[in-house]
Formats: sequence, structure tokens, C-alpha cells
Amino acid sequence: MSEPIFALWVYLAATPLAGLTVTLAAYMAGFAIYERARFHPLANPVPIAVAIVVVVLAATHTDYRTYFDGAQFVHFLLGPAVVGLAVPLAREWPRVRRLALPIAGALLAGSAVAALSALGIAWALGASPGTLASIAPKSVTAPIAMGIAESIGGVPALAAVFAVTTGVVGAVTGKYVLDACRVTDWPARGFALGLAAHGIGTARAFQVSGEAGAFAGLAFALHGLFAALAFPLARWLVQSFL
Amino acid sequence: MSPFLAGATWLLVFQFVGEVVVRLAGLPLPGPVAGMALLLAALLVRGRVALPLAAAADGLAKHLSLLFVPAGVGVIMYARRLADEWVPIAVALVVSTVLAIAVAALVFRWLARGTAPADES
Repeated sequence: MSEPIFALWVYLAATPLAGLTVTLAAYMAGFAIYERARFHPLANPVPIAVAIVVVVLAATHTDYRTYFDGAQFVHFLLGPAVVGLAVPLAREWPRVRRLALPIAGALLAGSAVAALSALGIAWALGASPGTLASIAPKSVTAPIAMGIAESIGGVPALAAVFAVTTGVVGAVTGKYVLDACRVTDWPARGFALGLAAHGIGTARAFQVSGEAGAFAGLAFALHGLFAALAFPLARWLVQSFL
Repeated sequence: MSPFLAGATWLLVFQFVGEVVVRLAGLPLPGPVAGMALLLAALLVRGRVALPLAAAADGLAKHLSLLFVPAGVGVIMYARRLADEWVPIAVALVVSTVLAIAVAALVFRWLARGTAPADES
């Protein structure tokens, strides 16, 4: 690389502009592929975009911290997006009230199965303690999972990776699992997807049906709320009685 | 003023208030989740969703998956651990997620059957 171009690259790589641009461009590419595949669940845009960014960072020898200086502006929008989930919820409120019992039951059963089966399987297959504490909150949305992992001795950034991976797995497999279970109504399908695969499952649900999206958003928010309270309680119980 | 800007401002205001409430009350909750609960309460009291707010919230919801890309790229920081422990991690993530979807959907349907008739509206 010639001297002026190298100097330009050094400058650009150090500003938030590069990380932000790469993130949006990679997502646009991922979404274009997803559209091309007619929103096939296997063509989920998140892993495609992540893979593109990872390749770009590796090729340019950029570390994650430098990248995140720019990408944090996108990451930040998770906050207002979570607040905004109140809007579809308010629209569906009459149905939500009518379905309060199935919502509560599915939340309790689903969140317990998500956390305990992940812990049990990872433990049985010999995962390290740090990995176990980071994998337990994997069905909770990344920002909340990070806080939970930290409070139970895990690694927050690793918890975020597990949460995003879980979201992708849920968004990709959800349709097939739900079809196999012969669950056809949108509220149940959306709720299950949002509960197990948080925001990425919710994004998938919104792409399929607005009604499924509203219930997915409800499940995603309730699971975050519930897990933020339940994990500290579970930890206290384990410490007190074991 | 642009409707999107007005809606985005409301979302930030509720996130801000949620953050303040959580800190002051010492709740073990993320601020945005508290902000969502407050906004929901406000919308239910008001009885309708104003258009600018709907525009901003729906705009963010439509591309919610974009917002998870920066956290997902964090995978590069843990390449070694993931390479060492990929079997337990992969099996645990896939099996537990499939189980959670199935259990949540089946429990939801089972309990819904008893309480409310499926409406075809």
C-alpha cells in the first residue's frame, strides 16, 4: 500500500465511521440474500452479516474493541427498540389479557426448560464453569443475558455471543419445530419464538406475521423481565441450600 | 417536525425514565425493560398509539436483527474457548433452543385451549 493511502486507512480505521459502515453494509448484504431466498429461515441475515464483518476484521487486522467503537451506535439502538416493543403489545392488549394464563404458563415452562436444559447438556458434555455460567441465560436477550452472566460468575461478552447464536438457532429452526409440534396459531408460534430466541426470533416472527411478532415481542420482553429477577433468586437458593 | 423524530424522542424519554427508576429503586432490571413497561402503561391509559411513536417503534422492530450484529461479532474474541469447547456449546445451544420452542408452544396451546376459544377475527 502506498504511503498516503496507508495513512488514510489508519485514520479511517480509528474513527467510528469504519465500524458503523461495515456493520450496516454487511447487514444490507445479509438482508439482500435473505430477500432473494424469499425469507427462507435458513438464510437468516444475522449470521451472514456477522460472518462478513468477521472476515473484514480479520482481513484488515482490526480488533473487536476498535470495531465496537463504531458499531456501538447500532448496539445502542437495542435500548429504544426494547422500549418500542410496548407499541405492538398495546395494539394486541385485548388478546394478551385474554391469553394471560397460556402466556404465564408458557413463560414459566419455556424459560425453565431453556436455562436448565442448556446447563445440563453443557455440563454433561464437559463445558468449563465459566462457559456454564455464560450459557445459562442464553435464551434471554443479549443486553440482559450479559448482566445475568456477570452476576452468576460468567463472562458477559461470551454470554452475548451465546445469546445471539441462540437467537439465530431459534429463528432458523423455529418454523420446523413448530410445524412438527403442529402448533398453527400465530400467538402460540410467536410467543414460543420470542421466548426461546429473544429479539432475533422476534425479528423473524415480525417478518412472517404482525400478530406473531407482537406475541414474540411480548415473550421476549417478559422473559427478559422474568430472567432478570429469577436468576439472582435461583443463585441465592442454590447458595443457601447446597 | 418529522414524525419519526418525535417518535424516536418518546422512545428515548421512556428509556431514560426507565433507567432512572431502575437505579433509584435498585431494581435488578435493565432500564429499557422498565421503560417498555412504563410506555405500555402510558399507552393503555391513553387508549391509542400516536402515529409518530408507531412509526419509530415499527421502524426499529422491522430491522431488530441488525441491532444484534455488533454483539454477534464478539465471537472473534472467544475463538479459542469456542474452538476448545465447541461440542458442548453447540449441542447445548441447539438442543435447548429447540426444546424451549417446543415446550413453550405446546404449553401455550394446551392452556389456551381451556381458557379462550380460538378467534378467527
